[in-house]
Amino acid sequence: MADTSVEVAPFSVASLRGNPGRIRKEAAIRGVFFAAAALSIVIMALIVLTLARETYTFVSQVELAQLWSDGWFPRRALYDIRTIVVGSVLVTVIAMLVATPLGMGAAVYLSEYARPRVRGVLKPVLEVLASIPSVVLGFFALTWISPEIVQRLSDRASLFNLAAAGIGVGILTTPLVASIAEDAMGSVPKALREASYGMGARKVTTSVRVVIPAAVSGLVAAFIVGVSRAIGETMVVAIAAGASGGSLFSLNVFDRGQTMTAAMASLATGTDAVVGAGLTFQSLFFVGSLLFVLTLLLNVFADRYVRRVRQKY
Amino acid sequence: MAPETRTQSQPEKRSEPTAATRVDANRPVAEPRPEDIDPTAVFDLEDLSVYYGSFRAIRNVDMTVCQKQITAFIGPSGCGKTTLLRCFNRMNDLVDIARVEGKVLYHGVNLYDSAVNPVEVRRRIGMVFQKPNPFPKSIYDNIAFGPKVAGVKGDLGEVVERSLRRAALWDEVKDRLKDSAMGLSGGQQQRLCIARALAVDPEVILMDEPCSALDPIATGRIEDLMEEIKSEYTILIVTHNMQQAARVSDRCAFFTAEVNETSDTRTGILVEFDRTEKMFSNPSDERTENYVTGRFG
Amino acid sequence: MAVTTPPMTAAPELVRQRLQGKKVDAAGLIFRALLLLALLVTMAVLVVLLVEVLTGGWGVFTTRMGEFLTGKLGSSAARSGIAQGLRGTFFIGAFVVALAFPLGVGAAIYLEEYAPKSRFARFVDINIRNLAGVPSVVYGLLGFAIFVKALRFLTGPGSANGATVISAGLTLAILVLPIVIITAAEAIRAVPDSLREAGFGVGATRWEVVRSHVLPYASPGILTGTVLSLARALGEAAPLILVGATTGFLSEGAGYGLSTLQERFTAMPIVIYSWAGRPQPGFASNTAAAIVVLLAVVLLANAAAILLRNRYEKRR
Repeated sequence: MADTSVEVAPFSVASLRGNPGRIRKEAAIRGVFFAAAALSIVIMALIVLTLARETYTFVSQVELAQLWSDGWFPRRALYDIRTIVVGSVLVTVIAMLVATPLGMGAAVYLSEYARPRVRGVLKPVLEVLASIPSVVLGFFALTWISPEIVQRLSDRASLFNLAAAGIGVGILTTPLVASIAEDAMGSVPKALREASYGMGARKVTTSVRVVIPAAVSGLVAAFIVGVSRAIGETMVVAIAAGASGGSLFSLNVFDRGQTMTAAMASLATGTDAVVGAGLTFQSLFFVGSLLFVLTLLLNVFADRYVRRVRQKY
Repeated sequence: MAPETRTQSQPEKRSEPTAATRVDANRPVAEPRPEDIDPTAVFDLEDLSVYYGSFRAIRNVDMTVCQKQITAFIGPSGCGKTTLLRCFNRMNDLVDIARVEGKVLYHGVNLYDSAVNPVEVRRRIGMVFQKPNPFPKSIYDNIAFGPKVAGVKGDLGEVVERSLRRAALWDEVKDRLKDSAMGLSGGQQQRLCIARALAVDPEVILMDEPCSALDPIATGRIEDLMEEIKSEYTILIVTHNMQQAARVSDRCAFFTAEVNETSDTRTGILVEFDRTEKMFSNPSDERTENYVTGRFG
Repeated sequence: MAVTTPPMTAAPELVRQRLQGKKVDAAGLIFRALLLLALLVTMAVLVVLLVEVLTGGWGVFTTRMGEFLTGKLGSSAARSGIAQGLRGTFFIGAFVVALAFPLGVGAAIYLEEYAPKSRFARFVDINIRNLAGVPSVVYGLLGFAIFVKALRFLTGPGSANGATVISAGLTLAILVLPIVIITAAEAIRAVPDSLREAGFGVGATRWEVVRSHVLPYASPGILTGTVLSLARALGEAAPLILVGATTGFLSEGAGYGLSTLQERFTAMPIVIYSWAGRPQPGFASNTAAAIVVLLAVVLLANAAAILLRNRYEKRR
């Protein structure tokens, strides 16, 4: 034991202090990583501050009559919130009508019925679908879903319509719903299934009466996250619902329409669009705030449900 | 000398008088008190207790560990032997809810002094774990990592060879130093872990049930190895195997667990600490006798 | 009487019949068929989509692929190309790789290695999960307010007025940061503690253990997550619209020099968005062709990530 452990001075606390250069380097690296972790808080704070500032300007200067009129025409200073909120609700409802049965069905099949090899093929296909950019689905909604599905359902449907956008958003949301739902079903212990089979229950009974009820919190979470995602989806609606500029209040899903997100995109499209009349610029942030608060609430809510499944098993 | 001014070094009096006095009365004071400086002492524990959150894993341990001897910790599971061993190189720091009260004096310096750097402590006091845990890298890199981070410059080949020779592994692996350590057998992996610990020139080696995952032949080789290197190193070993403790150790500490009536948890206590032959032939405490004769635990 | 219960001699026969389950389980079959239908419909959509864009864009690739890949945006569909879009997407990817990856992995290291289970880590964790759920268009607003307006002197002081690929790259780096952190943290959490203990046991510092042992072990998982988030960033359009990506014609922005970073820009998803809205028939096939190019990039990245993960899972 030659080199390093030779002590000239008697052994003391100083002998166990370690190399100061090494300690400094360690502290510096720790500081850098801390800054990286703290950055996410800064980002959240910046989002909240930016949204709050312009939203405050908007709310304090807008007149009630502008917020409740015939439609959403920000360049004419008409900010009818109903129009775009109802648009978002319609699109989300249609999207969830598509994504819930498809996503949940796929999840139950993958988790309860598919053999490992089948799963190994089907799961990546779902993941590929999940990775398709939303502009692509927007184009698909406009060029295929609208003429091949929506216009066959209603001959009065225009090429651009909310229904096609809703179906497009639903397809986009399906893999997300499926993935969260499958995770939830996967966390149901095997013993519970075996107990059910042990009593002579059939596969369908086990799935419907045992596994699904046990995973119900996770399935609810999958649904809520799906809703949150559908509300926040922009490009499919911006391309396929086709109401650039503005939109009259309407409940007709076979007609053009606008959602909160698409309204923001269409306001910002084109050169210097955001420097419009009056409060146009601020209205962008007002809608952004609505969207932010809504999706945040939904996500917090969904997180509760996810935790509930994890705690149970 | 060490400025021992930390608040945690002031042992609080525990508020369970009955249990405490009973144990204290039963504990033989075979060791000299830390005040009389024992020239061969490496460690002095003073009233050491370890907590995980509010749960007390082991309490009020006083003991002295001597240089270039093998000291074994024996006792039933859950009596805090491993927890105690991990205090000797501040490995417990890695468990964030762990808290240590009392002192671990290493050559008179409290290892839990705020000025002490646990990294430096672990360089001097190495550790071998229950399950062989080589890095998923080459045999060479496994040994060279310690010296490299300790700042040893130049060719590490010599250090690698010396460490492997000391761990009696050189002849088996000298032709495949670049191969992955994961390809070695369990016993070889554990000897590699010992070689890895030796590579940074520690004074003390802590071994946490080093043979519990090995077959009898591999266990025998590790025991031979311990016997060989004890002339140069102070070794502390936790073992479940009483025969092993009897075979290899010079001194032996017997721990047991007392059940806390209020919380249904178990707290470890040191029952007896003495020369190994006395512990196994003529222990002073009835509980030790029951344990070593197999009547309990 | 023996009307309801068969005679004892017939019992083995009955048991055999029951055990062999000849009775058709109608409910089970229908349930299973419905589930399979859900999955097949989902797959079918994917197939139809891919066939649609491939056939739609086929003409462009067979007649003028070179011109399409190297040409600029223009008013004539037959002469428009995606060079500027590819360039924008390249730089956005570069920003994400250069910023989001190191920052995200660094944050994950801090949360998992330096301060696990601390109150700070828990707070950051909740915060990151919330950030991951914020709609991308809201990140666009953030990018617009911070990078395009407040930091205009850095991102584009010239005629672009801040609406440059720098602003876009920074915005998308921030957008994917939470995803990078979450996936990297998961990969780091999967590293066995015995490996860390081995490192600490020979007197290594936290960083030495992380650099030499934790990161190499976690790297396939980290890489998978980062590649997936890169694919996500390359496909995003909404935030780019908010930070002022050019949706019309664009004369500049085909060069890859650093000075071009402060010019006006566009990117592949934006090209697709602006072409998809044009009524002239030539643009429909251009859009499909541009989608094929974007999908090729995104799906290749995803395939790489999935393959990487499968190999990694097998190795364990």
